[in-house]
Amino acid sequence: MPLDSLRSLVAGPLLLNQLPKGPHYGILAEFATPADLYHACQRVRDAGFTRWDAHTPFPVHGLEGAMGLRRSPLPWIVLVMGLTGAALGFLLQWWVHVKAYPLVISGKPFNSWPAFIPITFEVGVLFAALGAVLGMLGLNRLPMHHHPLFRSRVFERVTDDAFFISIESWDPRFDSSATRKLLESLGARSVELLES
Amino acid sequence: MAQTEAELLDNPVAGHPTLILRSPDFHAITEVVAGPVEGPTPIGWWLLFLPSLALLGLLGVAVSWLFWEGIGVWGLNVPVGWAWDITNFVFWVGIGHAGTLISAILFLFRQTWRTSINRAAEAMTIFAVMCALTFPGIHVGRVWVAYWMFPLPNQMSMWPNFRSPLLWDVFAVSVYGTVSALFWYVGLIPDLAMMRDRAKTRTRRLVYGIFALGWRGSVRQWHHYESAYLVLAALATPLVLSVHSVVSMDFATSVLPGWHATIFPPYFVAGAIFSGFAMVLTLMVICRVAFHLEHIITLRHFDYMAKIMLVTGTMVGFAYATEFFTAWYSGNPYEIFTFLNRAGGPYAWAYWTMISCNVISPQIFWFKKARTSIPILFLMSIVINIGMWFERFVIIVTSLHRDFLPSAWGYFTPTIWDVSCLLGSFGLFFTMFCLFVRFLPMVATAEVKTVLPQADPHWQPGPERAIRDRGAAPPSRGTHTPAPEGAA
Repeated sequence: MPLDSLRSLVAGPLLLNQLPKGPHYGILAEFATPADLYHACQRVRDAGFTRWDAHTPFPVHGLEGAMGLRRSPLPWIVLVMGLTGAALGFLLQWWVHVKAYPLVISGKPFNSWPAFIPITFEVGVLFAALGAVLGMLGLNRLPMHHHPLFRSRVFERVTDDAFFISIESWDPRFDSSATRKLLESLGARSVELLES
Repeated sequence: MAQTEAELLDNPVAGHPTLILRSPDFHAITEVVAGPVEGPTPIGWWLLFLPSLALLGLLGVAVSWLFWEGIGVWGLNVPVGWAWDITNFVFWVGIGHAGTLISAILFLFRQTWRTSINRAAEAMTIFAVMCALTFPGIHVGRVWVAYWMFPLPNQMSMWPNFRSPLLWDVFAVSVYGTVSALFWYVGLIPDLAMMRDRAKTRTRRLVYGIFALGWRGSVRQWHHYESAYLVLAALATPLVLSVHSVVSMDFATSVLPGWHATIFPPYFVAGAIFSGFAMVLTLMVICRVAFHLEHIITLRHFDYMAKIMLVTGTMVGFAYATEFFTAWYSGNPYEIFTFLNRAGGPYAWAYWTMISCNVISPQIFWFKKARTSIPILFLMSIVINIGMWFERFVIIVTSLHRDFLPSAWGYFTPTIWDVSCLLGSFGLFFTMFCLFVRFLPMVATAEVKTVLPQADPHWQPGPERAIRDRGAAPPSRGTHTPAPEGAA
């Protein structure tokens, strides 16, 4: 069993972001307010869907919980990158002053580590920040300039004032008519079947 | 309107200060921010852009002449080896710090009022760092070997001295510029997607689309995005404190009286935030008026910024006093002389300009009338930046011009090329800022929308809202419907 959960932890995010094969990408439902979307997300989560997403113009507080998302692993990427950067930063200075170009400057020892702290810190921050940005883009599978959702006209308002749920057609529980009915019963303003 | 904006400041509803006035809906926020970027270029923009571009041209001429002729075209000479160039460098780095304070530190402290101004403040940071990096770059004299500042393998097998604060500075400021640009860009992604989705022409759709990276506002994306944003804020906070500390160590680690002081790092950081907030205020007053953002950049924002300036201005005043006390208490005749010379010597005019602009004049912000009066705020923002420029001038030049041997004493006078470089750097700054407000959304719309009451998934229209809306215009589009009953 632990092996299984490990496999789902590793494979889950990869599978989720693969685009489905088939005539339809899935169903897109629009909701009027963050509150409607929040309650609908809870219901879709409880209905057992796994390959679905919500789309909002701004981060809606608590929606990750309503969708049942795990904590983001990003801070771990940042930690590893930051420590790597700091280590490389220190190593560079140590190598320059001890190995490559040993000079006595203001009577200090070659490995005058207290003087190396500021640059060690700066390089650590640089790597951590790069880790945060590139890690975020990697986890989000960005850049991805083409996506079936962009074919929808109503979806253009996702960055303005519209709130959506999209359920992908390859979700095991997906059924084009039943899923449509579910979303309509949750108060969707409009429901649309998207081609892939 | 039944109430004026100033009165609304006194009437926050039970612990929920209204950050955005007139209760707009989400679409109204999009319109008011994206509108100026999409509409025709206003004449006022050209009136600011063209003079800025002319000054940028002046910078080009001044720097070309400097490269052609050498550092001698400036007024600096022994004993004043650092003058306006390093003054301008420290001044511009300091300006940048308020942007990071607003975007990172206030974010960590959950100060939601920052959302209206953080985008513009971050942009200001980046442009200020660009101006700042110009000066150490051009004052090295032989610019064609400026790459010696970086640890690059070279045919001489020589390496820079990592024990030198000047090299720390190279790393600190360039990392700061890079991290600020990353932070700014990450914040821009959702708004670039907004511009992409609203684009009417193919070119706009393509250009904004490329930089929006295919953002589709997915909660799974927001989830990692918010984590990245929080981490960047947490990284930028110690970074910004380290940067001006390192800048101050350029001076503090020397043996020169007037520079060799342990108070320098906190004193420089406070001064940086002080001057940076003044610059944010200058820019925000202009933007608020020019783009009709009165309900997004409200008097409440100005009120808060004025309070921060009052605090930091008083902190630098305290630091000036501490320097004098330490000089007297040290009993060191050179230290005592340096400070008496600063306040009463040939540069006394500069010292007292600094004191009046930085310590005395901000005390007006004890009064609420001053904190909520646009003309006073605008005037004060300029006065404070003049004062903060003089602070750096006073620290650098007065400490250098009379050193240990009276036979080596001198008096620095700027040349026309010193003046051109300073004015030119303002040209660079305002040119970049004009381009920014013309082509990018200058308010972080995705963040402003989160502070609207209806952004909360548990919000329901109720009596509290009625109180808050009293005297304000009704929502322009009816997208508010109550949550379905019993769907919790």
